[in-house]
Parts: sequence; structure tokens; C-alpha cells
Amino acid sequence: MTDSSKPRTSQLLPDGQLAPLLASYARSLRKSRLRFLGFLATMIALTLLAAWVAEISPVLFFTKLGGFTSYFGRLAHLDNGTLVWTDPVAWFWGWKRWLRLLGETILIGYTGTFIGALLAVVMSFSGATNLNKNSVTRFIVKRFFEFCRTVPDLVFALVFVVAYGVGPLPGILAIIIHTIGALGKQFTELVENIDMGPVEGLEATGAGRVAIARFGALPQVLPGYLSYTLLRFEINVRSATIMGFVGAGGIGDELMLSIRRFYYADISAILVIIIVTVYFIDILTSRLRYRLQGAPSS
Amino acid sequence: MNFPKIWPQPDIAAMSKSYPAIMGPSIVRRSATIALCVLALSPLVLAWQMFGISWAQLVHGTVQLGQFVVLMFPPTPSRFFWLFLYALGETVAIAFLGTVGAAVLAVPFSLLAARNVMPFTLVRVVVKRSFDTIRSVDTLIWALIWIGVVGLGPFAGVLAIMTSDFGAFGKLFTETLETADTKPVEGIASTGGGALASLRFALLPQIMPVIVGQILYFFESNTRSATIIGVVGAGGIGLHLYEEIRTLEWQIVCFIVIMILITVAIIDQISTRLRRAFIGI
Repeated sequence: MTDSSKPRTSQLLPDGQLAPLLASYARSLRKSRLRFLGFLATMIALTLLAAWVAEISPVLFFTKLGGFTSYFGRLAHLDNGTLVWTDPVAWFWGWKRWLRLLGETILIGYTGTFIGALLAVVMSFSGATNLNKNSVTRFIVKRFFEFCRTVPDLVFALVFVVAYGVGPLPGILAIIIHTIGALGKQFTELVENIDMGPVEGLEATGAGRVAIARFGALPQVLPGYLSYTLLRFEINVRSATIMGFVGAGGIGDELMLSIRRFYYADISAILVIIIVTVYFIDILTSRLRYRLQGAPSS
Repeated sequence: MNFPKIWPQPDIAAMSKSYPAIMGPSIVRRSATIALCVLALSPLVLAWQMFGISWAQLVHGTVQLGQFVVLMFPPTPSRFFWLFLYALGETVAIAFLGTVGAAVLAVPFSLLAARNVMPFTLVRVVVKRSFDTIRSVDTLIWALIWIGVVGLGPFAGVLAIMTSDFGAFGKLFTETLETADTKPVEGIASTGGGALASLRFALLPQIMPVIVGQILYFFESNTRSATIIGVVGAGGIGLHLYEEIRTLEWQIVCFIVIMILITVAIIDQISTRLRRAFIGI
């Protein structure tokens, strides 16, 4: 983007000195372009392979995509053909029942987060390299965390529904297990990064392991713990909305029924309720997190 | 606490007199703490009452769960090993396509939502709120909706992961763009570069490593979510897992879970290595 009408003020190098520089620039540019092309080709090949495995063709994609707008059109209409927002009373006809189920969902998320976080706090100290010198228990705790967070919470819920019976209890337990895994890892990392000064001070007074964890480590990690727990609460409420799909309580059961039975207005009403709730919890928890000092950003 | 006799015993009474704040917090603070604990615990009591949970149910269920765990060993695929392996391949393919598709879609939209790229507040707010709305709905709900649109199968799964990740990526990419250093942008502007040039040569090089890192991280976490979207019929290993749990074939369930764990561990390794290669940490 040079402007030729302006006088040239900067001094160019003589051609003899400039040529090798230009050549090396061109070489490095060619190299980085080749690398980018290679990356692009690999990605395209992988995408095609994945599409072949998942049995997706571009033709299918475009023929089915038309259904998307018509589906959302149906979501926006009541049974008598009027738009949903013109008649909110008819749209939210089941609001009493839905609000109760929503409360159940939030309660499942809260209980699961609370108990899971408490257990994760206790276990995080024995998982941390700097507080627990016993590598065997440390290994066990860390692998346990990994197992809890890798198996999806819905799989736990499926198994628990068979064991404990249909209802919110398996949902709560599944969320507890997943929370232990997810928070346990983050908590342990926080403990491993503390300032060891207070811990050494307590060791010098002859304090036991519990006292060291309580007075040496906990005050340092508490803001981080709370912040991660709030973040997890939001995630857990969201996953509590789907626990009902497998019979583990909450609003998911109702949502699945209306989707399976094509009650379009009900689907959109429940979705609106879920979106608004999650949205508010998101705002609330992020406000609280900003207030805590040293809040982790993500 | 036992102090060796050679040291003078600490005079606790005198110490609490001179340092009241250290030796014992005030009644106000203590009661505030207790009140906060009661407040935090009350939903738990409510849950116990409202859900009608009983100790008998807890004990009975836990005993039964213990029996299931015993029945899980030794894990066996029965005669379905290749079927499960193919389904796992499908799961990984769903996760891959969903992640790539979401990232490709989210990049242009995050440009529309970033404060330092998009000058119109209205557009920014609309795009950001759309990201939030999409993010509030769980992947599995999206899967059910997409099944209603395109029918049962892995295609619905891909679209579900693509949709929910679009919201998450959009938010993350926007934040990355907004926290980018302004110096390179000023540099480009000072040489007479336009908006497009500053995007390409000042912003993109800054956000690219972060974006690639996020995509790789999401690919790993999507492999995990893709294992369960089969539960509602959106393809992958989830359907088999659901069937085997419902028919109480615990040995096969255990085998499938182990297969999932191994797959996720492999993907985790690959994505960590690639992330290191791209970002250098």
C-alpha cells in the first residue's frame, strides 16, 4: 500500500546487499506456505475420512439442511398455528409443573456440586505432590480423579438408575462423581502451586497433617477453590438438565417426552426456561467469581 | 499440644488478651460463618426432603452397585469387539467433524462479536447473546433437536457437537480477540495498512496459537461427549453402552468403558503433543 505521489524519504539498501536478504525472505515464505498447505491437505483428508466413517455426504448435508429452518418454524408455532409469543399463556400452559421440575434440576446441580466439591477438597490435599509424600496414595487419588472425570456423567447416571431406581438420587450421585473428578484435578493443581512458607512454619511447630492442610494450605487456595466450584455449579446445572433423559430426575424427562412426541410449542417453552435459567446462573456465578480475588479466568 | 519442658509454657490467657483478633475471631464473624454454613447446607436438607431419599434406598442401591461392580469382572467384549471398535471410530469421527465444523463457523462470527474488530455495538451484542443462548443448551439436547431435523444417526451427532461448540468457541475466540495486544495493530496502521491487513497481519498471528490450542482441547473433550450422544440415537458407541447397561451385561459394559478410557487417553496424548508443537508450552 505505497503511495507513489509522496516523496520517498527512507533510504533503500543498494541492490547488491538487498538481493540476498530478499532471496532468504522468499525462501522462508515459501517454506511456511508449503507447511500451511501440508497442514490444510492433512485436515481435508482427515475430514473426508471422518465424514466417510460417520456416513455423511455433502449431498445429504444440503438436502437435510432445509429441514432445519422448517423445524425451528414449527417450534415457534402453537398447535392452532399462531406464533408462540402472541399467546404466552397458552405457550407456557404447564409453567407450574415446569418450574417445579426446574427447581428440582437446580437442586440436583447444587447438591451434586456441594457434596462433590467437599469430597474433592478433602482428597485434593492427598493428591498434591507437595503435601503428600506417599507416592502410592497420591497415584491412587490422581487415577481416581481421572477415572471420575473421563467416564461421562451420563454413563454413571445410567448405571446408578439401575442400582438406585429412577429418580433424582442417581442424578445427584452421578454429578457428585463427575465433580470429584473435575474439581479434584483443578484443586490439586492449585495446592501444588502454593507458597510453601506457611506449611513449613506449621511443620516446625509440630502440627499434624490435618492442621497443615487447614492452616497452611487452605487459606491460600480457598479463593481459587470457590471460583472453580462456582464455575462447576454452572456446568452441573446444565448437565442436570439432561439427567432426565435416562430417568435421573429433573426437567430432562419432560423435554425428552415433548421432543419424542413432537409437542413443538412445549419444546420451545422448556428450552426457553432452561436457557434463561442457565443464563442467569452464568451471570450470577461470574459476578461472584470476579469478586473473589485471583479468580481463574476460564 | 505437648511442649518440651525446657521451654516456658505459652501463657494462652495473656496472649488472647493482647491479641484478641488472632486468638479468637469475634462473635459477629463466627456467627456470620455459621449462618453462611447453614444457608449453604439448607438446600441439601431440602433435596433430601423433596426427593424423598431414604437411608434404606441409599444402602440398598449401594449394595446393588457393589454387586454390579463384582459382576463387571472379567471384562469381555463377547463377540462384538469389531462392532464396538467401529462404533468408537464413529464416535471419534463425530467429535472430529463437530469440532472442525464448529471452529470454522465460529471464527468469522467471533470477528463480528469482538470489540476491537466490530465497531457496531448492536451487532456485537446480538452475536454475543446468540453465543450465550446456544451455549446454555446441552449437547445432548441439541442432539435430540437435530434428530428431529435430520433423523437418527451420526449426522445428528455431528451437528449437535457443532452447534454447542459453536457457542463455546465463539465466546472463547471473541475473548481472545478482545485481549489481543494493540501494538501490532497500531504498527500496521502506521504503515498505511487497512482493516483487512491489520486483521491478517496483526490480529490473526496473535490469536492463532490460542485458537489452535482451544480446538485441540475441545477435540479431546468432545470425544468424551460423543460417547454419550449415542444414548439418544445420534451415533457412536453410546447406543451400545446404553443397550448393554439396560440388559445388565456388566462384563460388556466394563469392556466398553475401558475402550472409551483408552481412546480418550490416546486422543489426550495426541492433542497435548500437537498443542505443545503449536504453542511451544
